[in-house]
Amino acid sequence: MSRATPAQVSVERCPGGPILVRGADVVRDAGGTEHEVTRPVVAVCACGMSGRAPWCDGTHKVVAAKGAG
Amino acid sequence: MSAPLPAARGPVSELALGLLLGDEPRPLPLLPAGIDVLRDDDVQLALWLLLELHHRGLQGVDPDLEWDPEVIRLRRDLEEVHLAAVHELVRDRLALVDPDDDLSAQIATLLAQDDGPSVADFLARRADAEQFRDFLRQRSIYHLKESDPHAFVVPRLDGPAKVALAELQYDEFGAGRPAGLHSLLFAQALQACGLDPAYGAHLDEARASTLAVNTTMSIFGLHRRWRGAAMGHLAAFESTSSLPCRRIATGSRRLGLPDALAAYYEEHVEADAVHEQLAVRNICMPMVAAEPELREDVLLGVAACLALDALAGREQLELWHAGVTQEVPA
Repeated sequence: MSRATPAQVSVERCPGGPILVRGADVVRDAGGTEHEVTRPVVAVCACGMSGRAPWCDGTHKVVAAKGAG
Repeated sequence: MSAPLPAARGPVSELALGLLLGDEPRPLPLLPAGIDVLRDDDVQLALWLLLELHHRGLQGVDPDLEWDPEVIRLRRDLEEVHLAAVHELVRDRLALVDPDDDLSAQIATLLAQDDGPSVADFLARRADAEQFRDFLRQRSIYHLKESDPHAFVVPRLDGPAKVALAELQYDEFGAGRPAGLHSLLFAQALQACGLDPAYGAHLDEARASTLAVNTTMSIFGLHRRWRGAAMGHLAAFESTSSLPCRRIATGSRRLGLPDALAAYYEEHVEADAVHEQLAVRNICMPMVAAEPELREDVLLGVAACLALDALAGREQLELWHAGVTQEVPA
């Protein structure tokens, strides 16, 4: 059985925050390691500071606050 | 599973319990002048009980009372004083918002002014295991029905905001896997820590400020009129979750508490980093674009979430600093 339409992956940039990804099965990080997507939408770290990379853990807010101070 | 009936804490909760058990209706007694309803055990318990009829119900209470005119009348009277107190509580916060900013900047202003004491920092660095359990008992009032109050809003929205709220809630409710329900994950964490995981098991220990966090969410969720406030509340709730959850998980691991507890909070680090973007950008912004008159209510909801969490957090820290790990109302 084939799919009527191919799976669609969409990407949404959040200003100052992560990248929201919908419809992906895996996210491959800079080192080539594949991370399985287990939730309907994932937030991929865009600041490079996450402690749970490749996923966003909110650290960008701490970085922004320190930068502003 | 319904909540067990708690002990009354004064004349108002006694009146509510009586009404729920079939007593003849009596008018709400005049509340004392200057009463702080958000910190009043009696008022908050009564309001929580009446609202709970719309959630899981109460053991031994006729489910038809959910829409009984006398029950609704008492609920509305209490909601009115509660909402007046919430408005008063957030007035100063809302005054900081620049009316010319766009919505996301206005929400960011409120979040940046958050002066809530850090219960999460205390748990990360100083709390002992009993203080951790005390915290979990208070939080169980919400987490055992996690995300339910905001779910009432789904049929009140349309278009992109509705889609995004459903997307967020799908994740909260396990993303298609019963084993992934967040309320179940919390129940499992309670059990692993030796605490009763049953719904409402810790109601008698819930402080007024804990109940006020919950009654506010239920009022916002249940009234279509407050759908904007409910979504503002959700945005603030999710936006102040990831970083504290990471701290709480750190504290749990420091104390060697069961893995299920740290795992629950670690799940929320990742999930809520997604949810805060969805709530602000994909729910509140399109909702206000479609219904501009909801902007003020969204900001009210954001401020109410922050202010009530701060109130509950401050009370919790004061009790811990005073060496009282658990306060059981008389």
